[in-house]
Amino acid sequence: MSAHNVNPSGDEHAVVPHGEHAVVPADPIADPGLHHEELRLTDVDKKAERRAERQVAGMFALASVLTVAFIVFYVVVGIHPDDPEHGVNIGDVQVSNLTLGLTLGLALFLVGAGAVQWARSLMTSPEVVAERHELRGDDETRAAALADFDTGTEETGFGRRKLIRNSLLGALALLPLPAVILLRDLGPNTGPTPAQRKEHTIWAEGVRVLTDVTFRPIRAADLEIGQLVNAMPATFEDLPDHGPERINERAKSPVMLVRMLPQDIHVEPGRENWGVDGILAYSKICTHVGCPISLYEQTTHHMLCPCHQSTFDLSDNGKVIFGPATRSLPQLPIAVDSEGYLIAQSDFTEPVGPSYWERTR
Amino acid sequence: MSAIVNGAGKVVDFVDQRITASNWLKRNIRKVFPDHWSFLLGEIALFSFILILLSGVFLTLWFKPSMAHIVYEGAYLPMRGVGMSEAYATTLDLSFEVRGGLLMRQVHHWGALIFLAAMSAHMLRVFFTGAFRKPREINWLIGVVLLVLGVAAGFTGYSLPDDLLSGTGLRIIEGGMLAIPIVGTYMSSFLFGGEYPGDDIIARLYPMHILLIPGLILALVTAHLMILWYQKHTHWGGPGKTNTNVAGAPFFPIYVAKAGGFQFIVMGVIVLLAATIQINPVWLWGPYDPSVVSAGTQPDWYVGFLDGALRVMPPWEFYVFGHPVTMSVLIPAILLPGIILTPLALYPWLEQKATGDTREHHLLDRPRNVPVRTGIGVAFIVFYILLWIAGGNDFFATILEIPVNWITWFIRIGIFVLPPLAFWMTKRICLGLQRRDRDKVMHGRETGIVMVSPDGEFSELHAPLSQAAAYQLTWHERQLPSDPGPATDANGIPNPNYRSKRAQARLSRFYFGDVVQKPTREELEAAHHDGHDDTHRELPSGQH
Repeated sequence: MSAHNVNPSGDEHAVVPHGEHAVVPADPIADPGLHHEELRLTDVDKKAERRAERQVAGMFALASVLTVAFIVFYVVVGIHPDDPEHGVNIGDVQVSNLTLGLTLGLALFLVGAGAVQWARSLMTSPEVVAERHELRGDDETRAAALADFDTGTEETGFGRRKLIRNSLLGALALLPLPAVILLRDLGPNTGPTPAQRKEHTIWAEGVRVLTDVTFRPIRAADLEIGQLVNAMPATFEDLPDHGPERINERAKSPVMLVRMLPQDIHVEPGRENWGVDGILAYSKICTHVGCPISLYEQTTHHMLCPCHQSTFDLSDNGKVIFGPATRSLPQLPIAVDSEGYLIAQSDFTEPVGPSYWERTR
Repeated sequence: MSAIVNGAGKVVDFVDQRITASNWLKRNIRKVFPDHWSFLLGEIALFSFILILLSGVFLTLWFKPSMAHIVYEGAYLPMRGVGMSEAYATTLDLSFEVRGGLLMRQVHHWGALIFLAAMSAHMLRVFFTGAFRKPREINWLIGVVLLVLGVAAGFTGYSLPDDLLSGTGLRIIEGGMLAIPIVGTYMSSFLFGGEYPGDDIIARLYPMHILLIPGLILALVTAHLMILWYQKHTHWGGPGKTNTNVAGAPFFPIYVAKAGGFQFIVMGVIVLLAATIQINPVWLWGPYDPSVVSAGTQPDWYVGFLDGALRVMPPWEFYVFGHPVTMSVLIPAILLPGIILTPLALYPWLEQKATGDTREHHLLDRPRNVPVRTGIGVAFIVFYILLWIAGGNDFFATILEIPVNWITWFIRIGIFVLPPLAFWMTKRICLGLQRRDRDKVMHGRETGIVMVSPDGEFSELHAPLSQAAAYQLTWHERQLPSDPGPATDANGIPNPNYRSKRAQARLSRFYFGDVVQKPTREELEAAHHDGHDDTHRELPSGQH
């Protein structure tokens, strides 16, 4: 308390910070001292006490019954189908979940409630008071501890032997490096850089545009005005089921085909031949943080990302018209092959997905 | 003596002969624990964490953290023949082929939601009552770290089943990482083992989720409790309850019975929630497919504010030396957590600066008695809730039948306007409550009995407070703003510390400048004297 003024009246509840210039007035009300709790009903009434005792024991007993019931339900309520061909019945799973959960949950709850009730109504401990002591060690102890430390430092000569000290610090500073270096192979260590990998998808010149899920080629005439079709490159089907390649491409290559009236489309210079009869192809991966985009409003040609509501105008080169995305949806230039099916003219002309440092387009 | 005590006595004897346990027990077995409902919030966090550990161990017995591709042939018919990861398939197996597996999954998830909610509420309690003040700053810092670890535990767990929602969450994490200048693509590549999503991430999150993060939480919780134990719990002031003592129930048996019982109550409630309210039915979402998303899906509540911040950012990106810097992602995903956590962690020292106070504080503040701190806390809550609303802007748009863009704009503006407004309003409310307390102490409580004097004057009878009730309203410290003192001393020599003192005094004035002080002894006496012949009449004795 040395740094503070305790007011002259000895009132310890009033302290002025840095209060060299203030006089603190006295507290209005004196501390009347600890208020002793009144007796509980169970302290004075034998009947109430016995009732409380029965309540507590009743709760513990009921908990035992429920625990046994849990085991019974575990055995009785099966979830495994008699015939594996038929699969599980969701209703059975829910009944099992409900019965097991109710019995176990109530058993736990009653054990707890019983213990609390026991403590509240029957245990006889009075309110107790303990003094607190300042946590700081006393000056003597602090001085002794400091002296011991100084002795130790003196014995090592840590301060004097600068050569040892500095070489030790140097060695210790370097030692964490292997721990960091060892993590290097978390990512691929050969081939293109992470940024270069982002620049290409499996779309390429002449790759057919297939419907997603069913993987059928699409003719221009298959799409009606206002329709939207999710699509994948034909080369996706050749990727192996196992390993990361397939799912990685799934995160980069999906496109949406939309068809609108050609006069509704505002084409940017250089993109005049990127569509086929009002059919345009855009990346399905949001340029904000990479969610797949999915909410299309036919009449306005607006495309909304359900994750963070970035909104793109598909009739205007995929420009951002609302939300946090900062760049247009990449457009895939498409054409028609000799059999009349939609194909890609090339890969995307810019990386799909969110912005990143190395990106220049 | 009963057999139980004899048995316990033998154990104590065994341990005592080896590590002098009696010494520690003698000092601690009747340790005082004060009682208040708000002290239970931290206990809820602790107890739900224990249940999460137990249910989590159960889940690990079946779950396989593998992204290996398999074709599902399990018990859940709608998914048969569908290609998926082993992680997702074993999550389905846990739900449909292990009795009680679904219950344990739901206990684990409900437990996590409650764990984080209880930690947050506990932290608010500690903040609003000033329990973070010296000597408890270390425990405040541990608490901040625990909250971060809790969110990390929750998010990694959310990602493990490899269902559609967990994958979408990871995709957003990847997008956030890519926004980090210079190293973003490499960080993402290291995390995912190459391109997103790859087939490594689940096996990498798994040890974080089941070993590293819970291990750290357990270690820090232990430290948290040991410090709490050593420092003794704070308590509310009142008759006989001072800054130099602690009043309450003895650890054994009352606290053991109550806290031990509460452990079972918390576990019971979580299990009952898991029994009756479905959570994260992953079989409905389907396995993760990066090209599929469903509208209207929400992250777990504790991530909602970050998602909301991502949603309401305007599209802001600029180029530095030809490289894009995407502020619309960087600010919410990378900077915002730091912007929130840094002042949160440092707050005890900020307030110490304002009070200039280095004493120990063991009495809790009533929130009204520190109006500025309470205002700051409420402003933060409003800030957080706004971001949370932003995280559900599509949901609110549907409910209110208004365009989602309106809500986004409301948040964009409100995030700057409403927290200061909340600060101001809260502060005014606190000052009003303080004024009422002061009036009560000075003039007693209003009785509702209106008297008419022979002259036709109306006045209300006031009943004086008992000494205990009046003390209850006046035990708190009188916090006066500090005075920097004169810039020069009597001889005209400038005070070298004057500038820092003046800055400190400004901060102090901001905190305590307009606090309504409790009456002084003289003021009280004057008021009592006044009351007998003026408007504030007191009830005749016997009527109260």
